[in-house]
Amino acid sequence: MSADGNGANLLEVRGLTKIFGALKACDAVDLTIRKGEIHALLGENGAGKSTLVKMLFGSLEPYSGEIIWNGQAVRITSPGVAKKLGIGMVFQHFSLFEALSAAENIALSLDDQTPISTIAAKAKAVSYSYGLPLDPYSLVGDLSVGERQRIEIIRCLLQTPELIILDEPTSVLTPQEADKLFETLERLRSEGKSILYISHRLEEVKRMCDAATVMRHGKVVGHTDPRKETAASLARMMVGSEVHAVVRAPVEGIEKAEPLLEIKNLSRKPATPFSMALRNISLSVRAGEVVGIAGVAGNGQGEFFEAVSGEVKQPDAGTIRIRGKDAGRVDITGRRLLGAAFVPEERLGHGAAPRMTLSENLFLSRYATDRKAFVGAGGLVKESAIDSATQRIVQEMDVRKSARNPEAASLSGGNLQKFIIGRELDRRPAVLVVNQPTWGVDAGAAAKIRQSLIELARSGSAVLVISQDLDELFEISDAIAVMHNGELSKPLPRAEATLEKIGLLMGGAEPGHVEHPLEAV
Amino acid sequence: MRIELVRRPQHSALFSALSPFIALGLTLVAGAIMFSLLGKNPVDALYYYFIDPLTGIWDPGNRWQLHELAIKAAPLILIAVGLSVCFLSNNWNIGAEGQFIAGAVAGSFIPVLFPDFQTWATLPLMLIFGMAGGAAYAAIPAFLKVKFNTNEILTSLMLVYVAQLFNDWLVRGIWRNPEGMSFPGTIRFNEYAILPQIWPDAGRAHWGFVFALVAAVAVWFMLSKMLKGFEVKVLGQSPRAGRFAGFSSAKMVFFVFLLAGALAGLAGICEVAGPIEHLNEKISIGYGFTAIIVAFLGRLNPLGIVAAGLILALTYLGGESAQIALGVSDKAVRAFQGMLLFFVLACDTLIHYRIRIVGALATKAGEATQNA
Repeated sequence: MSADGNGANLLEVRGLTKIFGALKACDAVDLTIRKGEIHALLGENGAGKSTLVKMLFGSLEPYSGEIIWNGQAVRITSPGVAKKLGIGMVFQHFSLFEALSAAENIALSLDDQTPISTIAAKAKAVSYSYGLPLDPYSLVGDLSVGERQRIEIIRCLLQTPELIILDEPTSVLTPQEADKLFETLERLRSEGKSILYISHRLEEVKRMCDAATVMRHGKVVGHTDPRKETAASLARMMVGSEVHAVVRAPVEGIEKAEPLLEIKNLSRKPATPFSMALRNISLSVRAGEVVGIAGVAGNGQGEFFEAVSGEVKQPDAGTIRIRGKDAGRVDITGRRLLGAAFVPEERLGHGAAPRMTLSENLFLSRYATDRKAFVGAGGLVKESAIDSATQRIVQEMDVRKSARNPEAASLSGGNLQKFIIGRELDRRPAVLVVNQPTWGVDAGAAAKIRQSLIELARSGSAVLVISQDLDELFEISDAIAVMHNGELSKPLPRAEATLEKIGLLMGGAEPGHVEHPLEAV
Repeated sequence: MRIELVRRPQHSALFSALSPFIALGLTLVAGAIMFSLLGKNPVDALYYYFIDPLTGIWDPGNRWQLHELAIKAAPLILIAVGLSVCFLSNNWNIGAEGQFIAGAVAGSFIPVLFPDFQTWATLPLMLIFGMAGGAAYAAIPAFLKVKFNTNEILTSLMLVYVAQLFNDWLVRGIWRNPEGMSFPGTIRFNEYAILPQIWPDAGRAHWGFVFALVAAVAVWFMLSKMLKGFEVKVLGQSPRAGRFAGFSSAKMVFFVFLLAGALAGLAGICEVAGPIEHLNEKISIGYGFTAIIVAFLGRLNPLGIVAAGLILALTYLGGESAQIALGVSDKAVRAFQGMLLFFVLACDTLIHYRIRIVGALATKAGEATQNA
């Protein structure tokens, strides 16, 4: 397994610097990748990982510093140059055409005029030899996210790269799919290829990687052997301080508590050809509990959120009940007035208007519920009341910002998310529905957000969390349900839920049959 | 060396205020070039455009120029204030010219068809009819947008030509003054149907200018202090966030089109009941289109629009005086106005971006660090 025998350095990066305006996105970064090594690149959001990788792949030009490839100084001016050198990359966000087949998508990225049939045959051979089975003639639109990622990986492998860069590859996979990917990576390592593995999942880094480089605020803060570290010590390096673990005290007698959010037989036709239909979803969330909804992205979570929030209303009033009152035909403002609060997945442009100030963005979701406090006679906006509420939330949630009342877009993702969640928590809502609460948020802010969701539930509210991050759901939920292909499984109590069970449901095992033992996998 | 646009983290308050002035300056420079290409002395031309119409304003015996300025500015401000609300909410009403004419026609209904209805209520009714006519005409593109998702730029613009031709048909046909010696135009309005002048001894500026100021202040107040104004801005900047807030974009489309249509209609009826005193085929000198420039030059802020309206009114007067003094074609005014809009929109880039010149110097510095 160990590739120490290979020894020689494949890639050396010295003093690589990239400046955007006043920000040093990468500040004199050093990195050495040896042949036959899986090298982890760790860091929080905004630490400079993507900038570094983009410079290695030729999509950004460094300001200063040098890149040495196989002992020779090189200038990587474009992705084409990177490919010629033997650097391949699998992006976090796929660039595939849904209406084309897998082989056609691969052909698009190759420069030469090789016929599709040859490409398909090659792709098939590569896919089987690396344990990534794929039918090259299947339409991308019909494939799961994991299968789409295989196309990207095979596309990369067909160019026989020496170094493969993977950007957060497991963030879209079920645990079982991730295991398959790890096997492939180990196989590649044993062939002497090198892999630069970007991730923030410390457990998988510890398990697979031979070396790790940790970045923080654009600087390298350490080179280490992840197998000799603990997840906690790696996290400390990434964040620069101790990350407080989330505390979740189990609750007693939750079965008897009154359900505050009830969803009965919620179905919805797809709004566009590429959106997901919802099929007969039923769920209830009781006072005092956090219910999590797991699932791979694109299985109907966005459509579900729109239906529950009232951005899209239901034909039948009883489909959604909030605090015992029918709300299906009530719009989002009406549902807020019944005591519910909502936090959508996208912060800029959905949860907040990017070019409006924080206080305007507070008003955005609360002008109706706090009408008495914020709106005077004749529709006059009470700016001072909104401003003091804004500052209260900023303090409560420890939102860091550059000015007293800056535009939403000028905040970092984590700080804006803390504000958006704080804006709703400040109302003490009876029901809170959150989609991807900590997506793209740094560890410190994520811990704060998770803890505040648990505290809201324990103070007697019902909290529904939709998330792709299984670790997060296991940390905060009292029960976990899985959304797959527009259907929702029965929620599993936290005590019965295991990664394996949830993973199988995410992969599409029958909903409702979760009681069967599945640990065998 | 190359020029890069770098996005600012916050919009620049400095350039928000400066950008209209930079645009004006650039327009003057480009205008001077245009005049010298036409073979005129650019300094003379600019003098006749921008200074000559203002001479005598402070001379108490000769205030009529100021009144002429107010007459031209009134419809521009009224229309532009309505358009600013449309544009802020991301609804591109380009058809104010048509709504202006629709208002003029609807308001003229009373004095043309019932010339004997002469009471104190005649004029207020005409103004109400004018506003209703403009609003109803603006409701057509609003309805088409909400119901069929048509592009309001096209529908509102095309309806301008419908309104122009309809008005033309009226004043040459069934509404033509039988004693008008076959000239197109209705009968002269009776005295109860005439919009009074503010200060008849000094000049002929009419109450339309007062309406324009009142509308500007009222709409400014709504936009900056009221929930409705917040709704306009949220839906304009970020429709999805607006839906999340629970605002209805369909209702907003109707609100802004009806408001802009009513103000344009009011401008229309004020124009015929004021300086023109009857309806004819050329009641507008492109006010509805020029008002688009006014709205942007005023930074879509109703108070800024008052200033911008006066500036563009000046180009109308200046165009006349330059035509008389230098023989410049009156089409030069349109070119001027077009350049102004172009520079205003271009300068707005500076609010969200700053310009960085990446020269040979920076590259060298980079290499130096690399070698070190």
